[in-house]
Amino acid sequence: MVTSTGMISMEITDPATRTREAPKASAGAVGPKLRVSGLNFYYGKKQALFDVDLDVPANRITGLIGPSGCGKSTFLRTLNRMYETVQHGRAEGRLELDGENLMELDAISVRRRVGMVFQKSNPFPKSIFDNVAFGLRVNGLARRGTLHEAVERSLRRAALWDEVKDLLHASAYKLSGGQQQRLCIARALAVDPEVLLLDEPCSALDPIATAKIEELLFDLKKQCTVVLVTHNMQQAARVADVTGFFLLGRLIEFNTTEVIFKTPARRETEDYITGRFG
Amino acid sequence: MATTPTLDRHTLPSGGRVRSFIKRLRAGEEAAYLLTLAAAATILLITSLIFYELYVQSALSRHKFGFHFLFTQTWNPVTGDFGALPYVYGTVVTSVLALIIAIPQGLGSAIFLAELAPPKISDALAFLIELLAAVPSVIFGLLGMYVLVPILQSSVVPALRTVFGFLPVFQGAFYGVSYFAAGVVLSIMIVPFIVSISREVLLAVPQEQREASLAVGANRWQTTWHVVVPYALKGIMGSIFLALARALGETMAVTMVIGNVPQIKASLLAPGYSIAAVIANEFTEAVGDLYTSALIELGLVLFLVTFVINGLARLMIMTTTRQGAHS
Amino acid sequence: MKSFVFRKKAMNILMIGLTGLCTLMTGAILFFFLGYLVSRGASSLNWAFFTKLPAPVGEIGGGMANAIVGSGKVLLLATLIGVPIGFLGGVYLNEYAGATMAFVIRYATDLLNGVPSIVIGIVVYALVVHPMGHFSTFAGGVALGIMMIPISVRSTEEFLHAVPMSLREAAIALGASKWKAIVTVIIPAAIRGIVTGTMLDFARVAGETAPLLFTALGNQFWSPGWNHETATLPFVVYTYALSAYQDWHRQAWAAGFVLLMLVLGINVTARLILSRGSYRPSGGA
Repeated sequence: MVTSTGMISMEITDPATRTREAPKASAGAVGPKLRVSGLNFYYGKKQALFDVDLDVPANRITGLIGPSGCGKSTFLRTLNRMYETVQHGRAEGRLELDGENLMELDAISVRRRVGMVFQKSNPFPKSIFDNVAFGLRVNGLARRGTLHEAVERSLRRAALWDEVKDLLHASAYKLSGGQQQRLCIARALAVDPEVLLLDEPCSALDPIATAKIEELLFDLKKQCTVVLVTHNMQQAARVADVTGFFLLGRLIEFNTTEVIFKTPARRETEDYITGRFG
Repeated sequence: MATTPTLDRHTLPSGGRVRSFIKRLRAGEEAAYLLTLAAAATILLITSLIFYELYVQSALSRHKFGFHFLFTQTWNPVTGDFGALPYVYGTVVTSVLALIIAIPQGLGSAIFLAELAPPKISDALAFLIELLAAVPSVIFGLLGMYVLVPILQSSVVPALRTVFGFLPVFQGAFYGVSYFAAGVVLSIMIVPFIVSISREVLLAVPQEQREASLAVGANRWQTTWHVVVPYALKGIMGSIFLALARALGETMAVTMVIGNVPQIKASLLAPGYSIAAVIANEFTEAVGDLYTSALIELGLVLFLVTFVINGLARLMIMTTTRQGAHS
Repeated sequence: MKSFVFRKKAMNILMIGLTGLCTLMTGAILFFFLGYLVSRGASSLNWAFFTKLPAPVGEIGGGMANAIVGSGKVLLLATLIGVPIGFLGGVYLNEYAGATMAFVIRYATDLLNGVPSIVIGIVVYALVVHPMGHFSTFAGGVALGIMMIPISVRSTEEFLHAVPMSLREAAIALGASKWKAIVTVIIPAAIRGIVTGTMLDFARVAGETAPLLFTALGNQFWSPGWNHETATLPFVVYTYALSAYQDWHRQAWAAGFVLLMLVLGINVTARLILSRGSYRPSGGA
């Protein structure tokens, strides 16, 4: 069974052009930010991902869609080796970050380079400032003079600065749900990750808060690579440059968002997009 | 029975209320309610009765000595002078000493078991340590007398003296039974409490908190120390307070190793006495109402102190669990 | 930067080591002491311990048959007093009590649970021993029974609470009245937990000594009926350990060993039963 129908690479030099090329024939283009090949994942004896190949293009938003339980979140958690915190989780296959074997790197440094935002916003019960500064502190990046600047920069990037600049030392729990999720994004951005993984970040938010986060993602891709898991197809269609469709642990189709939503190559994708299942 | 008895309440005319009550009583509904209510009321009654008895029976001593009772040192049944300071002092010193030893050791163990150890090892060890929390205190007293005290005498105290001998708390003669021995036995007894409650509180910290920390590149220890422990801090404090309450009220083990000498000494190596120990030793032999009353007042003091500390502990543990339910 | 990464890693390893060492120490200390008790106690134990009365002062030998029976009687009485009150109180708390009543009773229960056992001894002395004029098995049973109530209440309440709402609704939907639903559906669903909770409760008071000092006291001989002072195992451990005779020390170790085996045996059994299913309260027992 073929698991993915194509791989895409993007030319960094001209973000406006989207060129679709055959796998491994991307000479001239900058290599993908993340390259996943032959990835299998197991929870104990149960296999959750089957032979996934996928290249995440740099400075783009990659959307991952599929019905719940299809393995998209599990896939996301392999990209920063977060799966290692789960008992009995085991990944096989090759994962590359900028051409380096991600499995051979130190897991802690991988997670510093590949940030993550979770489905449920999970601020620490600390002040807003301390939440954002946390990553800097644990990575030894908190320098006395510049810490405040760094926090401000991250909050600005997460489009939260104007709303919280006067209550930096208030508890993070004082914020609304949407603000809390943006605070989590700011916290992830503070350590300047090269890749930002988002696991259904808007699933608990109202439409206005969702719109704010989507807007934010557009700005973010200028500086980093974004991978967005979502159960909301419209969201993928709105923000993703390329989209992958997962079903039952397999990557069924991966292409530019336009192709996936307008002319999908696979029957399953079409069924899902048109709402015939899932 | 075709109709449920409770429905009758609405269908019967008001004149039939008594009959309806009897009917429901026979059906069991009302009887079951009254029976359980009576049991619940008994609990209230017993608890109030404990306080009432202690308060009333200690009246003689309370009126005669007032607050001086807690701050004077004479304990003379012959002249009828009763001051509880040596007992209060002994209780406080042994409990504080026990906490000083047990907190780092208990918290270290709880943190290791909840956060750092492989789950299988953690579950097995936690099971054993919880089991040890069930060991009766008189057994710790027995072990304290015949195993711990000789070890303290032969190796621990000499070693401590060579390092900390200049401190007043480690000076003076050491005959084994002492504040120090009592504190050490208490610490051994309360460590399992601290471990099992703190571990539970730590395990209740939402996984998302750990993930958020790991996701920005914190390692296991940083996550534990900067995220998990602060999140669980109130609950951990609660476990310490519970352990303290237990140490303060502990009778048998302390009685057997503290030496039972009513004196106040700066040296931990000197023998002393505690509130619970003096009650245990003198209550059945107390002659005269004032003497008995003074001992009961000591019981009242113990009751009130543990009441306050237990209350604080529950409050703290409750707020942590609630916090966990929220986010 | 490099040095920070190094320090971060070193700290991680150091603290895992240190906390691991704490755990090791906790385990080692407790196992050393209990291991000592087991070896000393097992070697002090003989058949006479279970069958004979204590030997008169100065004579070697004898046993603790009266203390074993005495403990059994006191604990039987305690269970008969503590468990019904605790169980029914727990049912009231979970099934009938409104918010205010539930708070008050829960508070009283916690308070009772925290009362130092020696204080319970004083109160039972004042309420039972003093009016009756003498120490007795009965008074000892009352003291330990009071101590059993709070744990019994809380474990009953917790395990009833863990029974799924759907089960309750199913029973009510079938036309069962409230108490019938409680008796035929809810309590049976929780019974395994409640029984194990009671066993743990029993094990806890089985080793209690302090409240017996002023209630059951002790006795060198058999204690007929419920109205006389009686020997109990924990009391024997205490008095014999403090005595001046070598042979009494031996008896104390033997009694301590029997007591420990009883308490640990019940605990292990209860926990094993509990781990084989039943609806469990989320907080753990």
